[in-house]
Amino acid sequence: MPDKNKPRQEVIRGYVLFAVTLIAAAIILWIFPTKITVATTTAWNYFLEMVMILPAVMVIMGLFSVFVSKELVVKYLGKTSGIKGILLAVFFGALPTGPLYIAFPLAVALRSKGASVSNIVIFLSAWACIKLPQELVELQFLGIKFMAARLALTILFVAIMGIFIEKLIEWTDKKRIGVSQELGK
Amino acid sequence: MSTTAIFINLFALGCLVLALVKDKGKTKQSLGVAVKSFIRILPTVFIIIVIIGLLMAFVPPDQISRFIGEQAGFGGLLAIAGLGAVLYIPAIISFPLAASLLQSGAGVASVAAFITTLTMIGVVTLPLEIKELGKKMAFLRNGLSFIIAIVIALIMGVIL
Repeated sequence: MPDKNKPRQEVIRGYVLFAVTLIAAAIILWIFPTKITVATTTAWNYFLEMVMILPAVMVIMGLFSVFVSKELVVKYLGKTSGIKGILLAVFFGALPTGPLYIAFPLAVALRSKGASVSNIVIFLSAWACIKLPQELVELQFLGIKFMAARLALTILFVAIMGIFIEKLIEWTDKKRIGVSQELGK
Repeated sequence: MSTTAIFINLFALGCLVLALVKDKGKTKQSLGVAVKSFIRILPTVFIIIVIIGLLMAFVPPDQISRFIGEQAGFGGLLAIAGLGAVLYIPAIISFPLAASLLQSGAGVASVAAFITTLTMIGVVTLPLEIKELGKKMAFLRNGLSFIIAIVIALIMGVIL
């Protein structure tokens, strides 16, 4: 089964890479013994902070990826528009349901269901950068002020970008239709 | 354990209980997914932690702040945003790295720009995006994302 072997190989490669990094770090610190304390205490502190939240973050990701079906997203986003559509696009994009490359075919399905260009752009961008587990890790490491400010600004500007791209595509399409109509005369 | 960590764990627990009440089979499946992604992401987490340790030990804060700190200016901001757009690091890993950079003298704007372009723009996934959604939409989305990442970063730099 090639489908099952490929991810396994990637995982093994990840651990090999980690071993190489660790050995390299050990050699570097062996050459510069005065740096050992700073390096190891810093690494240990970050390790502790990560270990406290990583399992929980993974559980949240796993739950959402299984419980929120792709059909559900397409069903709701395909028909809502306006402010409600924007909010829904951000909401569904932010749910932790998988990596970005899963979202592209989903966006195509959305388009065939009649979703607006702005909603598709907002959905994709939210999927890429406003993931719930990401926000939680950001909260842990960068604090509530940083996380909340970046989240609010991102939602705002992603919405503006979505509407802008929609208008731009509408405008260029209209121009093209106009030209082809003139040619048809 | 910090309040944030407690909150995140309680939130996960709450979701888990809700899921169990709703559908046991699906919950089991979800936990399988969680374990698998945990195993997959763990080496990358460890690698970044080792790199952070070395970074903090060897690169003096004044060097970091010279390149991506307040005095690095707009050029430094553009450079780090470009780096974020090209690199392909899982976002979850980027936050501890960002925190360590902030701690050692990087500017808020630079760090915000880096995280935002890192997550929002995918040079690696761009070919796929073009294939599925067409050139026009893919280039518009990624190009404009770069601009809004810079705008978001500049605002963050002012308000924080």
